[in-house]
Amino acid sequence: MDIAPTASAAPQNPPPKGPSGKDSATRPGDRIFLGLSRGSGIALLVVMAAIAVFLTWRTLVALAENEGNFLTTFEWSANADPPVFGIAVLAYGTVVSSVIAMLLAVPVAVGIALFISHYAPRRIATPLAYVVDLLAAVPSIIYGLWGALFLVPHLTGLYEWFDQFFGWTGVLSYGGGAPRSLFTVGILLAIMILPIVTNVSREVFKQSPKMQEEAALALGATRWEVVRMAVLPFGRSGVISASMLGLGRALGETMAVATVLSPNFLINVSLLNPGGGTFAQNIAAGFKEAGDIGRDALIASGLVLFVITLLVNGAARLIIARRKEYSGANA
Amino acid sequence: MAKRIDVSGLTAYYGSHKAIEDISMSVEPRSVTAFIGPSGCGKSTFLRTLNRMHEVTPGGRVEGKVTLDDEDLYAGGVDPVSVRRTIGMVFQRPNPFPTMSIYDNVAAGLRLNGSYRKSQLDDVVEKSLKGANLWNEVKDRLNKPGSGLSGGQQQRLCIARAIAVEPQVLLMDEPCSALDPISTLAIEDLISELKERFTIVIVTHNMQQAARVSDRTAFFNLAAVGQPGKLIEIDDTERIFSNPSVQATEDYISGRFG
Amino acid sequence: MEKPPVTVPPSGGALKQPRLPRWAPAGLALLSAGVGAGAGLVFDLASRIQWGLIAAIVYVAATYALTTAVEGHRQAKDRLATSLIWVSFLVAVLPLASLIWETVARGTKVLDGYFLTHSMSGVITLQPGGGIYHAIIGTIEQVGIATLIAAPIGLLTAIYLVEYGRGKLATAVTFFVDVMTGIPSIVAGLFVLSFWIIILDFGYSGFAGAMALAILMMPIVVRSTEEMLKLVPNELREASLALGVPKWRTILKVVLPTAIGGITTGVMLAVARIAGETAPILLLVFGAQSINNNPFEGAQSSLPYYVYEQWANGNEASYDRAWAAALVLIAFVMILNLVARGIARWKAPKTGR
Repeated sequence: MDIAPTASAAPQNPPPKGPSGKDSATRPGDRIFLGLSRGSGIALLVVMAAIAVFLTWRTLVALAENEGNFLTTFEWSANADPPVFGIAVLAYGTVVSSVIAMLLAVPVAVGIALFISHYAPRRIATPLAYVVDLLAAVPSIIYGLWGALFLVPHLTGLYEWFDQFFGWTGVLSYGGGAPRSLFTVGILLAIMILPIVTNVSREVFKQSPKMQEEAALALGATRWEVVRMAVLPFGRSGVISASMLGLGRALGETMAVATVLSPNFLINVSLLNPGGGTFAQNIAAGFKEAGDIGRDALIASGLVLFVITLLVNGAARLIIARRKEYSGANA
Repeated sequence: MAKRIDVSGLTAYYGSHKAIEDISMSVEPRSVTAFIGPSGCGKSTFLRTLNRMHEVTPGGRVEGKVTLDDEDLYAGGVDPVSVRRTIGMVFQRPNPFPTMSIYDNVAAGLRLNGSYRKSQLDDVVEKSLKGANLWNEVKDRLNKPGSGLSGGQQQRLCIARAIAVEPQVLLMDEPCSALDPISTLAIEDLISELKERFTIVIVTHNMQQAARVSDRTAFFNLAAVGQPGKLIEIDDTERIFSNPSVQATEDYISGRFG
Repeated sequence: MEKPPVTVPPSGGALKQPRLPRWAPAGLALLSAGVGAGAGLVFDLASRIQWGLIAAIVYVAATYALTTAVEGHRQAKDRLATSLIWVSFLVAVLPLASLIWETVARGTKVLDGYFLTHSMSGVITLQPGGGIYHAIIGTIEQVGIATLIAAPIGLLTAIYLVEYGRGKLATAVTFFVDVMTGIPSIVAGLFVLSFWIIILDFGYSGFAGAMALAILMMPIVVRSTEEMLKLVPNELREASLALGVPKWRTILKVVLPTAIGGITTGVMLAVARIAGETAPILLLVFGAQSINNNPFEGAQSSLPYYVYEQWANGNEASYDRAWAAALVLIAFVMILNLVARGIARWKAPKTGR
């Protein structure tokens, strides 16, 4: 199930609306029904408001107690007296692992999407699209279990290799030990967001106008040239927003990170060596031992995560909205 | 510059459905040949077999022979990409690349085929737009998107794009059906000019248009819905419209069906 | 295979150009797989990932080089793109296939009737034994309550948006439904934690988890229901209204029955989605080893939480249980998905086409 705003807009049939919602509700039945449905909409708004209010409230409580700098402290001792905690390491780890995930996943996802929409024979493409849909439904804890017990042991050789050839960069140096590092998290997150990025991109590619593709073909373009002239320019913003939706998922992912990462509160130059942390992972890992202040501190970090994902998702939706106007103008 | 096309025993399918059956005809160089016939008779399908666009449709396949000056388009080892480069096509609805400027649209075909110097491209773009009678209207806004033009201008832009690569043959699939009468007239004038340089094949629903622009006319018909379309006759346009040799042609032309 | 190019006037260019034989890509793929495996053996590379990488690089490079030599620059680019797209497809399929394979292969080890019908009560984590009965109960109750909360609200909100919505309220609701789809599950959990457990001072319970799950579920239901309602053709509504049927009865008797297949599918997919959520359960339900049938009082377990807990125990017996529970969870989610899609196909929205 693809809740992302794929542009797969079904044929729009906006029903006739009365001059205003109120006017049509003259009968008791109508009044009650309108009241119920409007009430549900309002309830939804209330929940959103409550989320913002309560998270902010607990955040303020936590910040009042904090003896460290919330933004720059490299430490999470929220249960100590006095409590000291800061999100610098978490913000770094969250952003780095998600960006790695996006860099790895997006090219591959675009490749698969093109494979399904333009390259594979139809009898392969249809079932493949179906399988990708199903994979999007695999619970994240299962990715986490697989990541921790299968992927991690299989990455050691690859990391030694990276170290051999690129170790001099520092970023890709590897000191041995189980590679429960931010890079591994990035790889796992990439695998996890692959289905959603693929799905959204595929929908966009599928809608690329056939007329322009035929025009390119009739000019004597090869298949790749058709894709470059008539499919990619049309799908670019769709791919960008698909990537942002994937990024939003990666930023908030909890269990897969919690199972794979071996956390510490340092910013490690090497992405391959174990260490670091993410917002969601830190909350899951620290929750059971947290006291009152500890819980509030975790909520404060959750609020930061919330704001970041809101911004990323908002950007994605903005791009999609723009694209709709754009393609409408050329329809 | 222009070549002749010979078709013999051509049958085209969509999956298991036979769309046209056993068509044989010749198209003379530097002339306009019009295809007419009722909806669904396979004129457009046949047109698309002439530059191997038919096989782009899922399930589309072709049997028979199409030769361009004795070279078989469907022989093994022939690259459909080079076929389409040699035989240009203009579509029913104008389809300029929306993300490209007017200039880039015209230059698109050339850019695919290698690197040209800017001055060479400029020359070809100007020559093609002039050839499509569009130069005077767009010369001041070559860098604006092609989608900003009117429908008739867009269609002439597509013609300019097609002739920029100097094809041997130009196929036109109902090029005026989405246009108003004035734009249609402009395109028809253009076709008469272009036939000096190209072999032109045009599919049209409009019999007056066929009579106005074409030298030869081919009439297609189908026995019943679901049956494959067939070529009924092909002859000089004058003859088809005055004294056709088959009764069905006369019935169609005089408006008794279709 | 190749025929000499036919000479044509210079302006046209030959239609026949030298081309690679049809079996070339397959042959190259085999060859590069061989090179990858060979290099892996010779240099004693431990991980198969390296073998695959070498093979992929060799394949792409060889295809490009060979096509440039035989077919020319443009064809080479085309083949390069095609081979990259094939490689990306393989790169993606392998981990996903491995994930399914591992789960099935390792999960079937301890999965049996006993495992499904017993809890972890009194089981020492280092030893084999125990089961997931308590987790299944927990998942069913939590997901059930979440659905009871989220489905009606989501459905009615969608009806409001499609059938009545206009003006500022509808715009706001649409916007915040979008915002809500982006909430990370752990944030939903933190919200219920701050509001229900910290401020209102209730204890950990299945119900607390269900509230967080409901927050995650609502926007999904709204979205899919909205899509389905928009598919109902207007003529149906107008026909009913023209018969003098009040609007609310039109919605209940005409619009909803027409879209019911799609709506059911949407709700089931949403259920499948939240059934796999672990983070809110971790924060709000807390986990338990024994059966607790009461979702409103005391800690419970759930299938995804159980997987996490067994993994965290860190010994072989627990790993076996984790894989088995993962297999049950994945089967549950997949069956829900397949049934939901089946319903969607069976009761495809009648668009009048």
